[in-house]
Amino acid sequence: MYDTGKVLIGLLVFAGIFLFPFLYNRGTAAPQPKPSLDTPAIKALPEKKCVEDTHFMITTHMQFLNEWRDQALREGNRWYVNKEGKKIWISLQNTCLKCHSNKKDFCDKCHNYAGVDPYCWDCHYDPNGSKL
Amino acid sequence: MSMDRRKFLKAAGLTTLVGLGGKGLFELLKPGAVEAEMAEEGHGHHEEGEKNAGPKVRLAMLIDVMALNKEKIEKIVHTCHYLHNVPNWGDPKNEIKWIWEDEYEHVFTDSYNEYNHILEGLPFLLMCNHCDNPPCVRVCPVQATFKRPDGIVAQDYHRCIGCRFCMAACPYGSRSFNWLDPRVHLKIEMAEGRKLNKRFPTRMRGVVEKCNFCVERLAEGKQPGCVEAAPDVMFFGNLADPNSNVRKILRERISLRRKLELGTRPSVFYLI
Repeated sequence: MYDTGKVLIGLLVFAGIFLFPFLYNRGTAAPQPKPSLDTPAIKALPEKKCVEDTHFMITTHMQFLNEWRDQALREGNRWYVNKEGKKIWISLQNTCLKCHSNKKDFCDKCHNYAGVDPYCWDCHYDPNGSKL
Repeated sequence: MSMDRRKFLKAAGLTTLVGLGGKGLFELLKPGAVEAEMAEEGHGHHEEGEKNAGPKVRLAMLIDVMALNKEKIEKIVHTCHYLHNVPNWGDPKNEIKWIWEDEYEHVFTDSYNEYNHILEGLPFLLMCNHCDNPPCVRVCPVQATFKRPDGIVAQDYHRCIGCRFCMAACPYGSRSFNWLDPRVHLKIEMAEGRKLNKRFPTRMRGVVEKCNFCVERLAEGKQPGCVEAAPDVMFFGNLADPNSNVRKILRERISLRRKLELGTRPSVFYLI
């Protein structure tokens, strides 16, 4: 093998650069976010329950909100009937954010952690805040 | 298998005919079939409403031009633009408008008559005409704008790609494009004391917007904002129902509609 020394040095430099971010950030993993449910509206609820059960909301709220959007806007049907038969007014700004009046500590917490930037907030905004 | 020149030319000629003729060839084989299919998927002509068993609901707006004045116009425009968080850019390039004022000469370009002294100088309020045969819906490549069963021409900002075909297609100039982020100006206006309607979203840069006949208020059982702001000027109701408030008024008053010759069948009527 020719130039063994040079190749080995090259490999070491490569490995060093490659592993640097892993080593540098070792032990500083961001803790799993805990979205806050601490709002007056949620506290006042007799049973802490969203429109569907918590597991469903955590795992499926993205598709669920898309369905809400299409149902309200395109089909013109603004009532959603949940699995228990309860009727709920479809509106991100006026229904979801009425209870979850803490967008920063609820929506944004997981979204920032997961590095997602849903385009909902390009137009919709938290009606409870004073800022857009 | 080999093909001689004669057979080849025959086959090539036939293929070309089918390619060029397309619809025409079908017409030869089965006259009328293609036309019928096209008429079925297109909008039926339901100008007569009840006679042709058209739609049960066709929402329409009547504007009493004779009862309008500067004060009322200002109130109507302000109410509408407040309810829908429409920024007031203040320059025609970036301007967003859902409802606005113009004069007879510009509104009725097709039928302008310089000796019509009654109409000359009257204020006309312009808005989306929610056409029965909307050209904007035809050209939208992503179906972001669509006609609802009740006749409202709705705009889905989630889908709009900002191509502005609808703006080119609309003969009434009812559509505005967000060249800049509307929130930038809304923030400036808020610093100067403007209030947001927190029940309604804003728009984002790069989408087209227009009057939506207050579809979000109708869903809640309310009247459109402009009607609420000036109930003696604006009348809203079902054009397809011969006993509705709007049809009653239309039986008694002379009404004008914009650019009827284009066949868009607008749903906004100007009462004289």
